[in-house]
Amino acid sequence: MLRPMPRMPSRLNRTEMSVRDKIWQINWSLIAVLSAIAGIGFATLYSAAQGSLEPWAAKQMVRFAIGIGIMISVAMVDLRFWLRNAYILYAVAMVLLVAVEAKGTVGMGAQRWIDIGFIQLQPSEIMKIALILSLSRYFHGASFQEIGRPLFLIPPLIMVFAPAALVLKQPDLGTAMMLVMSSGALFFMAGVRLWKFVLVIAGGLGAVPVAWQFLREYQKKRVLIFLNPEDDPLGAGYHITQSKIALGSGGMFGKGYMMGTQSRLNFLPEKQTDFIFTMFAEEWGMMGGLVLLGLYALLLAFGYAIAMRCRSQFGRLVAHGITTTFFLYFFINTAMVMGLVPVVGVPLPLISYGGTAMLSLLFGWGLVMSAYIHRDVPISRRGMSDD
Amino acid sequence: MAGMYHDNDRSKMFSRRALILAGGKATLIGALAARMYYLQVMEADKYTVLAEDNRISTRLLAPPRGLILDRNGIAMAVNQHNYRVMLVAERSPSLDYTLDALARIIAIGDGERARIHKEARRRRSFVPISVRENLTWEEVARVEVNAADLPGIIIDVGQSRHYPLESLGAHILGYVSAVSENELTEDPLEELPGFRIGKGGVERIYDMALRGRHGTSSVEVNAVGRVIRELERKEGEPGADLNLTLDVKLQEYAAQRLGEESAAVVVMDIHTGDVIVMASTPSFDPNSFNRGLTGDEWKDLSTNPRSPLSNKAIAGQFAPGSTFKLMTALAALEGRDITPEMRVFCSGHMQLGSIKFHCWKKEGHGAQDLISGIKNSCDVYFYEIARRTGYEKIAEMAKRFGLGAPTGVDLPNERPGLIPDKAWKKKILKQGWYPGETLVNAIGQGYVTATPIQLATMVARLANGGFAVVPHVARDQIADKTVRPRSNPVWPNMEVSRQSLTLVRRGMFAVSNEPGGTAYKARITQEGMWLSGKTGSAQVRRITMREREGGVKKNDQLPWKERDHALFVAYAPEENPRYSIAVVVEHGGGGSVVAAPIARDILVEVQKRDLARIAENAPGAAPDLRRF
Repeated sequence: MLRPMPRMPSRLNRTEMSVRDKIWQINWSLIAVLSAIAGIGFATLYSAAQGSLEPWAAKQMVRFAIGIGIMISVAMVDLRFWLRNAYILYAVAMVLLVAVEAKGTVGMGAQRWIDIGFIQLQPSEIMKIALILSLSRYFHGASFQEIGRPLFLIPPLIMVFAPAALVLKQPDLGTAMMLVMSSGALFFMAGVRLWKFVLVIAGGLGAVPVAWQFLREYQKKRVLIFLNPEDDPLGAGYHITQSKIALGSGGMFGKGYMMGTQSRLNFLPEKQTDFIFTMFAEEWGMMGGLVLLGLYALLLAFGYAIAMRCRSQFGRLVAHGITTTFFLYFFINTAMVMGLVPVVGVPLPLISYGGTAMLSLLFGWGLVMSAYIHRDVPISRRGMSDD
Repeated sequence: MAGMYHDNDRSKMFSRRALILAGGKATLIGALAARMYYLQVMEADKYTVLAEDNRISTRLLAPPRGLILDRNGIAMAVNQHNYRVMLVAERSPSLDYTLDALARIIAIGDGERARIHKEARRRRSFVPISVRENLTWEEVARVEVNAADLPGIIIDVGQSRHYPLESLGAHILGYVSAVSENELTEDPLEELPGFRIGKGGVERIYDMALRGRHGTSSVEVNAVGRVIRELERKEGEPGADLNLTLDVKLQEYAAQRLGEESAAVVVMDIHTGDVIVMASTPSFDPNSFNRGLTGDEWKDLSTNPRSPLSNKAIAGQFAPGSTFKLMTALAALEGRDITPEMRVFCSGHMQLGSIKFHCWKKEGHGAQDLISGIKNSCDVYFYEIARRTGYEKIAEMAKRFGLGAPTGVDLPNERPGLIPDKAWKKKILKQGWYPGETLVNAIGQGYVTATPIQLATMVARLANGGFAVVPHVARDQIADKTVRPRSNPVWPNMEVSRQSLTLVRRGMFAVSNEPGGTAYKARITQEGMWLSGKTGSAQVRRITMREREGGVKKNDQLPWKERDHALFVAYAPEENPRYSIAVVVEHGGGGSVVAAPIARDILVEVQKRDLARIAENAPGAAPDLRRF
């Protein structure tokens, strides 16, 4: 080292950290915000079951506890381990995606699950993490000059569109969109020029008529109904119309906990999963909704703060990528139930009932936390410490 | 080292771009908040209304239908609990399991099972399916006791109309049945599934009062329409009870006395117009309409030549026969065309132009004055006085006494009968009036027809001193939904002289109380109950010259359809008249042998009840028979 690092705290300026150091670094306020959001989820699931822990709230609590355990474990693992194994994880996720395509269980009209005995695995959820990790690794080792070369961008684009195409074929429009959008954010953060995005988006828009041909009938219908929900208030537009009625009737302060008439009387479909925000906002009103949005925004702020403080490009990209994915989750979900975007199957993160999304999200936040713990660890392009 | 600088540059660019993206995200979150404000604050009212529409459904509550009671408070139409076993499919582990368990307690046929399975497939699983209706109390108890072993079984209580007296008074009561398209009014009750309205009889005439007013119940329903709870309940008004002027004990006696004949009897109070007995035989059981008739039952009822469905007391139009002679006599007296002492010689027939008009007594009555003419019912006497009086005056008198037009009794489907005149004949038959028709109609044959209630009203007006009493069956004055006591009736005076009325009544007295009178054998011997009456045997076929030469056939030699109608009208007691009666036995034969004894027996019974009532001196409180 020719130059001393001026702002580097002494204890963490080490390539190797002891477990004690790491535990000392755990960001408890991040966990507190996550728990607060999950707590809102438990309460809402309790209410969705007409004031009962069964069948949803209790299971969700167990999952959250396991998820927090996984998250802390992931955070303990050295960030360089994730860098080294990013491509392997991506390969595994691809194999699983293909496996689902080959012999997946059909659920809810879409092939999304793979049954590996004790748990039903959703490879697309793993892919969300694996894609962020491998893209981060790819751009971690890239210089400005390299990023400026169009050919250099071909491999990461393939890395994005191969799984996105597979997921779209399942068909899971929401997840495919999320993969593409969170990757786009990563490309942007890695320093890809803006005009290239303009070019790709223009190309994408040009491809819309072509893509339309490949959409399933129900997906086309959803888009059309989004454009005009009143066309079919009792058929496919029912979801969104009822969701708006429930939300709107909640008013400023809501109908009160466990008093949401529309959701309790089952006018609201899927109230424990994709439409749980509607139920929450019916019972707690706009004030409750804003509090929840505030908590999510706080979580995003944590993610950004961690990303900014990371010394390694890999850590920055991972922290930002996970944060963006998380943002996409809650933005798409809430915008959907409020009729701002078409109905796509994206859960409300940490609140909707469901195991895979909860575990993969907390796994992701584990990575963010790992980036925080290892924020001052310099990482070479190959993933070794920069010595 | 270059890498380090490089990394710093990257860090700066990262921060710059992160700020841009964070700003973008913050904007989107702001958009979410704005959308929330739009939906939950600006549009909240609209969505609140939509939510309430979703959630609240208003249901009508059927009020109990008013009871129908006789003049002594005996129930004639009541509401019965209809206990039904219902099965809620979603609460049952399997339909067959529950039905097997139920079959061990109450009988369930295989056909029932098939129907239940079919209905269960068609309906949503929380909608109760009727397993069996009209359970006995014992069956209900057995099901309730075993409720724990019968998952999905509930007992439901509905209401159905029941007529405890069955066929007794059925024609006056009518029946209830589902509303048909053309009977719909503004009453929201009619929209209730299973709601029944009065069809026929007082059930129909006083339907609005009997119905009551609907109540409402606001219930919260869920997305599939299941009722979650009741939010608000507004009870309706039960229907008004209807008290009739009928006396079911007398009604029962009269119906028994008429027996199997196709016949009708009306007994009314000559002063008030109260109809005390109105029987028409054969009758029908109105409960069967509620239960639902089988095809065979309907065929039996509708094709029976004795027409059980028709109320002959108001809708049977019969030639009045000799009972009409009372009108002819009155018209002649009032027109001063005869004196009571004037004698007419009866040789058994009368010649008018080229036509011979026969008396019922072939050998003739000899010299007849007014009283003996009535007493013997001498046709020739009445031919002669009708010829002198002219048909116009007779028709006018008959109409004054209530013939030829509906009396206005408070029952549906009353027929007018017919008092023909020249204009009528010209219009309907396109012919002029022949002099001979005056004679024929004057003795109640020819075109003249009357209903039993018209005849009873005619006699009532004769006996009450010439006041135009109108019969009715409801004790109270009822208009639409308001019920108030009938005011003391002041009937219009018909301006018939007392002398004329007394003379005709004197003739009627002779008919049934003087030896030789046509109804002497059917007199009442009990002191103070004597009746005065007039017989009638209305011929329904033409007697040819040849038959007359060979001897007119007796009624029992003829097929039923060709026999004479037997009629008898009377009032009693003779001293101080109170009741009038008309008996018509369709194709019954002679009025004096068939109809008069029936009338006598009924009048005795009526007057006995009357005495019993006076003895009791207090009507006693009617038992409360309303059932909810």
